[in-house]
Amino acid sequence: MQAFIKYTWTEIKLFLREPVGAFFTLAFPLMMLFLFGTIYGNEPTPMFNGYGSIDVSIPAYTAMIIGTTGILGLTITMSAYREKGVLRRLRATPLRPHTILAAQVVVIFVMTVIGMALLVLAGNLVYDLRFDGNPFDIAAAFILCSLSFFSLGFILAGVMPTARTGQVVGMVIFYPMLFLSGAGLPLELLPDNVRQFSNFLPLTHVVTLLRGLWVGESWSQHTSEFIILSSLLIVGALISSKTFRWE
Amino acid sequence: MKTIIQVNELRKTYQKTVAVDGVSFEVMEGEIFGMVGPNGAGKTTTIECIEGLRKPDGGAISVLDLDPSRQERQLRPLLGIQLQEANLPDHLKVWEALDLYTSFYPRTLDWEELIVGLGLLEKRNTAFGKLSGGQKQRLFIALALLNDPPLVFLDELTTGLDPQARHAIWALVEDVRHRGKTVFLTTHFMEEAERLCDRVAIMDNGKIVALDTPENLIGSLGIEERIIFKVDGAYPIEILSKVPRVTRIETMQDEIVIYGRANDSDDHPPLVTDIVTIMAAEGIRFIDLRTEQPNLEDVFLTLTGRQMRS
Repeated sequence: MQAFIKYTWTEIKLFLREPVGAFFTLAFPLMMLFLFGTIYGNEPTPMFNGYGSIDVSIPAYTAMIIGTTGILGLTITMSAYREKGVLRRLRATPLRPHTILAAQVVVIFVMTVIGMALLVLAGNLVYDLRFDGNPFDIAAAFILCSLSFFSLGFILAGVMPTARTGQVVGMVIFYPMLFLSGAGLPLELLPDNVRQFSNFLPLTHVVTLLRGLWVGESWSQHTSEFIILSSLLIVGALISSKTFRWE
Repeated sequence: MKTIIQVNELRKTYQKTVAVDGVSFEVMEGEIFGMVGPNGAGKTTTIECIEGLRKPDGGAISVLDLDPSRQERQLRPLLGIQLQEANLPDHLKVWEALDLYTSFYPRTLDWEELIVGLGLLEKRNTAFGKLSGGQKQRLFIALALLNDPPLVFLDELTTGLDPQARHAIWALVEDVRHRGKTVFLTTHFMEEAERLCDRVAIMDNGKIVALDTPENLIGSLGIEERIIFKVDGAYPIEILSKVPRVTRIETMQDEIVIYGRANDSDDHPPLVTDIVTIMAAEGIRFIDLRTEQPNLEDVFLTLTGRQMRS
């Protein structure tokens, strides 16, 4: 247990020392928040059923962070660790393989939580954020969404031949998804035919679920999102346990 | 003496390539055992099967009376491992790496004392990515010694290092043995094996082609020492060929190469003494005289018909 705690803490420090990952997880979502907050403010508008632009952006940007840490962060870190032999060296110690993977999940989860916490804090302090949901519902949905995207990241990390391809493929998957899922900009702004395509993107369901629970909708109104994301988590965990490679 | 590692008919195949093809040997307590051979000979596969990092396709391995593929958990804390291709995260500092790896083992040495001996103390706050090749290797040696293991594996320890760093690492390995540990190392530098190892297994194409002390390997094959020089004027071949122990003489361009049996006892003066004495007595003027002692490179050449470095 002491090894697990120390290893996790070390990986957290390393995450914060990697400027690109820390920027996109912690700083970039805040920059988006302040940019669009300055442009649109947070006045209630009929387009968002009486909520302001910031009110609906916070759950959407949270989805963006989940996508960043899962598809970009995990994929790039794990495929680089594998390619460089960092994982090989760890495997030669008594540290158990599951401990290594669990620590990676904890680190990336903690960073995702901090990213969201910063958003909520900034929204509260600067834009008088409105939240009508149940904090436990949001927390549960946040955990489900995060874990299902981490399992995607582990699949990618396992099948990418090099860290470089991991990075490129991660970006090719992530960036279109960012803009077509409602995470980067509200789905309401997208034309109908694009929105139909959006339903095929897993991140869209993260946005829909988090936004719905944020404004006080119940889980029963979001069974399809729940089923899709839970299936993604189960299938992703099964596939990645088969495809994950240590070297 | 106690047997620390026992390998019997080890086999390992990758797809269609046979990496290790029926290898058997034993490593005794307290010795430095070396496995030498060209890249691709199967050294790393062998060492990684013994370390329990790869599953053999056939054969039996016993390490400290444990089976590495079935009793990996019991074995891990007892082994010190330096891998051929491994890294730490670039941003991880030296002290953090040692502190982290300390937490993985039930019992460890004080890492601060360890890195004083390895000359890394002033680098304790340096990130791994900023270390030189030699410093990285010294850190990996520190990590391999951290748990005070009775058995240490060093895989291609000095590959990629300059000669100065290499000699510094050799001194460290000898120091490890003086602490009473058993060392299993692989290298493709014959000089390294000759200098460090008590016994050497020469590997080629997945098989052990010879296994003995470096002296016996060199002595047993009747490999000759060479005395090479240039002369002014006539080549005094007839006189020199009558010197005892000289087996043959070749002339190559302007150089004369005398082959003779290597000195197998201390009773005789070195062959070069006889040659020089006779040439001085005959008034033959020679220049650029040098001798070449037989070494493990010659053993490999004799056994396989190939140069090690091809």
